[in-house]
Amino acid sequence: MSSNVLLFLTTFVASAVEAVEALTIVLAVGVVRGWRSTLIGVGAASVVLAAIVAVLGPALRLIPIDSLRFVVGALLLAFGLQWLRKAILRASGYKPLHDEGAAFARERDEAGAAAPTASKRLDWYSFTVAFKGVLLEGLEVTFIVVTFGSTQGRLGLAAAAGAAAVVVVVAVGLVVRGPLERVPENTLKFVVGVLLTSFGIFWGGEGAGVDWPGSDVSILGLIAFLGLLSIGLTRLLRQRRIAPSPAVARA
Amino acid sequence: MKYIVAFLRFWWDFIVGDDWRVALGLALALGLTWLLARNDVSAWWLLPLAVGLLLAESVQREARSSTSN
Repeated sequence: MSSNVLLFLTTFVASAVEAVEALTIVLAVGVVRGWRSTLIGVGAASVVLAAIVAVLGPALRLIPIDSLRFVVGALLLAFGLQWLRKAILRASGYKPLHDEGAAFARERDEAGAAAPTASKRLDWYSFTVAFKGVLLEGLEVTFIVVTFGSTQGRLGLAAAAGAAAVVVVVAVGLVVRGPLERVPENTLKFVVGVLLTSFGIFWGGEGAGVDWPGSDVSILGLIAFLGLLSIGLTRLLRQRRIAPSPAVARA
Repeated sequence: MKYIVAFLRFWWDFIVGDDWRVALGLALALGLTWLLARNDVSAWWLLPLAVGLLLAESVQREARSSTSN
């Protein structure tokens, strides 16, 4: 009995950690770039994941997860770093800030004037980031379930724990989505840049064979490091922009 | 042909974007991390360090070029 409880709790917590990682990516992209394409990416990843599980079953463990982590991490890192770079340049005044009020008014006017097909166009960036995040983390949850479940001979119980973890994490995501949407857009883009880059470093490194100190907890360290570095760079560039150049000061 | 060009352009923008030097630096850092890890050398510090340096260099270069324009 106690071994069943332990199996359920271990699988639940391990699955919840992976599901939170996927949720972070989905919330970040959905809030900043819009929900339609992001949710289509989530749906497509779920269908692909279900097909992989249905076809492979317990043979899932043969998938080279490290190679997948390496590719997904490298792509996320490249995309996230571009995002963070632009956010720092915007916050320090070297790129114009996105005027949210004006952008909202413009988009509302454009949406009113546009043909219905134009508004249905897919945002491939949101789709791709959400798709990769959910597919990778979904596969990791499945691996956890198959590994823990098959070693204990209780695959059904492990699957129930994994499913419960995903349901709980999705419910939390629905609750925090509203407050997140009220955060100013430029601030949110800065934070999303830090998050995507941190996850990219973590998955890319893990796929390359790195053993992170503290395992998944090291993601928090990466977020803190990149957050502090980005704030520092923003302040430095802001000061340089305000301070007159020596030639101007002499004149 | 139009779709192939659009597809390639999407992936170019996704991976390389505005600064090809950052993309090249990331590729080198990932490759070096892989090489060190395969040879049992602790390499967890390399990617965060490389990303920090690439980011700092890239934003400062962009700031300098926009000031001189």
